[in-house]
Amino acid sequence: MSDTFKLVVDGKEVEVPREYTLLQACEEAGAEIPRFCFHERLSVAGNCRMCLVQWEGAPKPIASCAQTVGDMRMNPDGSPPNINTKGEYVENARNGVMEFLLINHPLDCPICDQGGECDLQDQAVAYGRSDSRYEMNKRAVEDKNMGPLVKTIMTRCIQCTRCVRFVAEVAGVEEIGMISRGEDAEITTYLEQSLTSELSGNVIDLCPVGALTSKPYAFNARPWELRKTESIDVMDAIGSSIRVDAKGAAVMRIMPRVNEEVNEEWLSDKSRFVWDGLGRQRLDTPYVRENGKLRPADWSEALSVVAEKLKGDASRIAAFAGDLACVEGMKAAKDLMIAVGATALDCRLSGQKLGITPSGDALPRESYILNPTLMGVEEADALLIIGANPRVEAAVWNARIRKAWLWNDLKVGLIGEPHDLTYDYTHVASSTSGLNDLGAFGDVLKNAKKPMIVVGEQAVVGDSGYATLKAAHELALECGAIVSGDDAWAGFGVLHNAASRVGALDVGFLPGEGAKSASEHLSSNCADLDTVILLGVDEVPMSQFGDSFVVYLGSHGDAGASRADVILPTAAYTEKNATYVNTEGRVQMTTAAVQPKGAAKEEWAIFRALSDLVGKTLPYNSADQLRDALREDVPSFAGMNFAPGNAGAEALSAPLPAATESLSDDPVFCPIGDFYLTNPIARASATMAECSLQKQTLEVSAAAE
Amino acid sequence: MRIAQALKGALLLDFIGAMGLGFRYLFRRKATINYPFEKNPLSPRFRGEHALRRYANGEERCIACKLCEAICPAQAITIEAEPRDDGSRRTTRYDIDMTKCIYCGFCQEACPVDAIVEGPNFEFATETREELFYDKEKLLANGDRWEREIARNLELDAPYR
Repeated sequence: MSDTFKLVVDGKEVEVPREYTLLQACEEAGAEIPRFCFHERLSVAGNCRMCLVQWEGAPKPIASCAQTVGDMRMNPDGSPPNINTKGEYVENARNGVMEFLLINHPLDCPICDQGGECDLQDQAVAYGRSDSRYEMNKRAVEDKNMGPLVKTIMTRCIQCTRCVRFVAEVAGVEEIGMISRGEDAEITTYLEQSLTSELSGNVIDLCPVGALTSKPYAFNARPWELRKTESIDVMDAIGSSIRVDAKGAAVMRIMPRVNEEVNEEWLSDKSRFVWDGLGRQRLDTPYVRENGKLRPADWSEALSVVAEKLKGDASRIAAFAGDLACVEGMKAAKDLMIAVGATALDCRLSGQKLGITPSGDALPRESYILNPTLMGVEEADALLIIGANPRVEAAVWNARIRKAWLWNDLKVGLIGEPHDLTYDYTHVASSTSGLNDLGAFGDVLKNAKKPMIVVGEQAVVGDSGYATLKAAHELALECGAIVSGDDAWAGFGVLHNAASRVGALDVGFLPGEGAKSASEHLSSNCADLDTVILLGVDEVPMSQFGDSFVVYLGSHGDAGASRADVILPTAAYTEKNATYVNTEGRVQMTTAAVQPKGAAKEEWAIFRALSDLVGKTLPYNSADQLRDALREDVPSFAGMNFAPGNAGAEALSAPLPAATESLSDDPVFCPIGDFYLTNPIARASATMAECSLQKQTLEVSAAAE
Repeated sequence: MRIAQALKGALLLDFIGAMGLGFRYLFRRKATINYPFEKNPLSPRFRGEHALRRYANGEERCIACKLCEAICPAQAITIEAEPRDDGSRRTTRYDIDMTKCIYCGFCQEACPVDAIVEGPNFEFATETREELFYDKEKLLANGDRWEREIARNLELDAPYR
């Protein structure tokens, strides 16, 4: 039997793979098939009946989404089957289905948030009647509680079960289901509990009607009044493709964009609902501390205070980059630091041993990016996660791991604190010393064709951090995870948890010759430092900055800003065109959707202005010139939206420099205490605070049981 | 032909005709009215000053669907909405810039709940431009003031819709 099957769709012959559904085959032939329940990334349900087509010779219309092409038979004379997607027969069938769907659907489009982007609304225009023939009462369904993110108006539900299939298959938490039959059928959450998935917001996009809508966005705007900007998310190191919808000066919502290589079409709840934090707690003017109190100042005053400090002893000046810093800002900061002679730069504030060895030797780029790529997990057949909880550190990727576990029989092993990852895994050990003896999972890795070893950021924190990285890389070499040549496979990588990190390491935002690392400075309460420049550093205890003079560049008033002696306000990620590098080493750019708040400026421009004041003018006048200089310095910035992937196998086949320390016996804990509150923008968001509270209450009640 | 025309001119026939017409209208009822004490009748479809209506129980009709804002060809309407405390969809801002408005009536055509209407009032001249930037309060007050006339006009026009 051949792998393909021939069909005639509307008189046009197409040849498609046998596993295609008839709906996909019709689309291949250029026909448009209406649908509600069918979704490319979910299993087939076949319950909305909107996709009916005519198969000549068949007694009834065929639901094209549920008909596998390979199961169809030829015409009696042996010619390929004829399918009609247009014509009176098909129209009549679909009109009938639409009339049934609308029997119980309320006529409340004017108050429905889905209005204007509703599948049912659009298709009712094509297949609906202008009036109703139904004379009885419509049914009404009680609304369900799905937590602070998803608003439910269940009377509008048409029982397509997309949400049920999504939470069961993709999110991996079976918390939505359909109960009862016929007219009484309704979608419900079990026990009226809110969803516990980090991906719950996606059911809003999946819902073809207005039954599940966004609670924070409720009634805020109509789709036609929004200005849509395609951009990149910075809430985690995945760098999901997003679309920022803005109205006037405010971001109204964030939606995912389809990017097969990064986020498929999902988006984590933090990335999707963080937008209300963009309007709260903003730093919109520079501040200078005077007699212990911060007072608003103008730019020239604030900058001259900072410039004065930068003219001091260069060996006592340091610059640290936080989790949301963009590449342009870090490049300009680094250039300015070099110009004034300071070498104490660092982006690894919790003491990750990445980028350079503890003795200061440079490591290749491949040692700190996720070489096998996010998509690569679908090719892999064994995955060892060392000291990471992908469910909170990279929620969207976790769904992809689950997909590989579900459909490709991926074997997962975990070293570190055990978590509920939504899929089964072998818990190898709690501490990194478990790398010495993997037990049964060692054989799984050895027997795998494409094993994948992923090191979390938390695993490389601390004194034994580099030893862990080295041991993981050795393991990768041993079990054949790194194959160069034609069938290259680079099955070793690091999973980061902050958007800025890979970019910072690429720029070389690391301690120079002889300089101490950030964690060393912080553990000695910055006794060797007079001035510390923070690019949005909020995640370390502020007491560790000791008596030093702190200059804080950031967009939100958070821990860093309240400790700062000078605050220089910067634009947030929706307000500037800025470069970020995701954990795979994929260079991506955000696009400005709205103007920066108040007097806020982009980081690079602040450092450019400072360089003038200290008399060491930086050689660029625009962000484009800066990016040109960056591309010359670091060639990896030349390729946009591209992950090197298996090309890294070559560099990875050489062993890393030897480690002096040994592996640690301490358990590796997840660095993210609260998924919803990991950065200043999320902490400023009321929605995220509500989610966090909800999660705590659920955990408390679970513990009580 | 030329002789007939010459005679008509010489006998001042056109003048006599014009004078006759003038005299006839001297005894007719006058068309001019004593505005503002007298006013002409208006069609129920007359499109005058805007008003936002309420239901009989005092609840405002507008549900912030924003169809009027979308259809307005002069982009004179600005709406902002939010869930009200009871969870219903309501406007927090409903502004009409009466200096932009071209009185086409599309807004009342678009309205699914007959909330925004163009009432019979055409006497809303103001001394300053700013007074013509109507907000929700002003529009609702208009609705309360003109409700009887607006309701009667809608009823009269209903058979033709």
